[in-house]
Amino acid sequence: MSKDLSVTVAGVRFPNPVIAASGTYGFGQDYTDLYPLNKLGGISCKGTTLEPRNGNPAPRIAETPAGMLNSVGLQNPGIDMFITGYLPQLKKDGNVIIANIAGATLDDYKQAVERLDGTNVDMIELNISCPNVKQGGASWGITCEGAASVTKTVRAVTKKPLMVKLTPNVTNIVDIAKAVEAEGADCLSLINTLLGMRIDIKTRRPILKNNVGGFSGPAVFPVALRMVWQVANAVDIDVVGMGGITTAADAIEVMMAGAKAIQMGTAIFTDPYSPLKVIDGLEKYMEDNNLDSLEEIVGTVQPW
Amino acid sequence: MAFYCDSYTILKKEEIADGIFSYIIHCPEPVSSAKSGQFVHIKAEGYTLRRPISICEIDKKEGTLRIVFEVRGAGTDKLSQLEVGDKMDMIAPLGNGFTIKELSSDKTVIVVGGGIGVPPMLGTAAEYKDKNKVKAVLGFRSKGRVILEEDFKRVGAETAVCTDDGSYGEKGLVTFPLIEELEKGKAAMIYACGPTPMLKAVINTARVYNIPCEVSLEQRMACGVGACVGCACNIRKGGRDFVLRVCKDGPVFKAEEVVL
Repeated sequence: MSKDLSVTVAGVRFPNPVIAASGTYGFGQDYTDLYPLNKLGGISCKGTTLEPRNGNPAPRIAETPAGMLNSVGLQNPGIDMFITGYLPQLKKDGNVIIANIAGATLDDYKQAVERLDGTNVDMIELNISCPNVKQGGASWGITCEGAASVTKTVRAVTKKPLMVKLTPNVTNIVDIAKAVEAEGADCLSLINTLLGMRIDIKTRRPILKNNVGGFSGPAVFPVALRMVWQVANAVDIDVVGMGGITTAADAIEVMMAGAKAIQMGTAIFTDPYSPLKVIDGLEKYMEDNNLDSLEEIVGTVQPW
Repeated sequence: MAFYCDSYTILKKEEIADGIFSYIIHCPEPVSSAKSGQFVHIKAEGYTLRRPISICEIDKKEGTLRIVFEVRGAGTDKLSQLEVGDKMDMIAPLGNGFTIKELSSDKTVIVVGGGIGVPPMLGTAAEYKDKNKVKAVLGFRSKGRVILEEDFKRVGAETAVCTDDGSYGEKGLVTFPLIEELEKGKAAMIYACGPTPMLKAVINTARVYNIPCEVSLEQRMACGVGACVGCACNIRKGGRDFVLRVCKDGPVFKAEEVVL
């Protein structure tokens, strides 16, 4: 018996709730030797900026207990290359494609999103939370004003479903979520990476050339879950949860906390098949619990 | 360049020097398209990131790969606990590999390896067995770290070993035997893998003698397949600078394009 695992987020139907997280799946071309992309619920493409970027110097990767750090710093070929070089192939194969857009200035965001507005991309995820790129010492996502202004600017130039990706590196993520919702975001995704650091004790140097980087993987899962729960309870728009999700049970926890869909990233590095295993696990969970839709479990946690 | 991700059976295990392990793995699918200079990305149970290990030898008839790695930390220590009959979870083969050339039979190929950069040079030397003279120049810290010398002889390579402290072979850097071989005027290709100072010296030497050279780079890596863009390296082609991926665009690059 095969179940319908589809979920609808901000009006976009995903064939299943498991989305490859931005920055961990490139533009979808790199894992096709193992399985077709349309097995996934969707793909959030690598963070893309108006102009091409080279990112930060290497080393950009460090391991941690139950996780990793990265300081890639938004290396990408630019929005025009995304639109002409990658998007047509991605859409031809029938995948649900989310463009992830980052920028240094409001005008960067505006121009990049304007160019996307006429394409067949399914959703735009605004990256206001990359911890690896300096922008006046802070990223847009760490203040309500900054987050609201990016959302407002972009909302004015596109009718595409707009998802805003939140950073956990803030005092109160709920306030940021509400500020973004008030400016017209259609849904939220969280969490981006936590800011972390490792030092090589032999050389007394940070392992990352950028000194600090984004912390992800199973170690951050409880923090992510807590934030998804807090945010989902505070806003009316849909929430997509991510942060250390590795198993179907993790995905179910995040959905019970209030997420309609989930994203996976670091787990794919450990096991490229992990998204498919999560999808299989979700289907089995539906069968075992006689669910007709996974949306039946969204936000059903009963807090003490 | 198809790759696979699966669990493959370990047929043979040997500690060939203190903390340096050799494994032979039965993996017919990856072997069918594997080339010397490519690598495998191995899952270490309990660790988030896989360990990239270069392919040492390829046996297409037996459907086996040989890998040789050094225990550098807890992850590689975990890998070294795998025994014959156990499964190794690998993504393989990955990366581009060395360019193997058709050379006239009077030409010599030089492979240069330093430390744990030596293993991929063995499979590369083997590609030229019975075709061209291969000179292997291998550098190690000291006698206790010397590996694979007999294997290079087995594949027909004329082998020179150097150690930093002179405790085995010639004392000094690989550049001396390299220059000695280049002076004979027969060399047509140089391949190298090893620590950055060694690679710089080999690249400079190749340029002086105007001999084509390919080097294999190393960088901290996450996905291994090109998706995460973690393992960046700087490459200069046609006067333009590029940031490329060691895992997918490399790990092998033309010496003249590498910016170290």
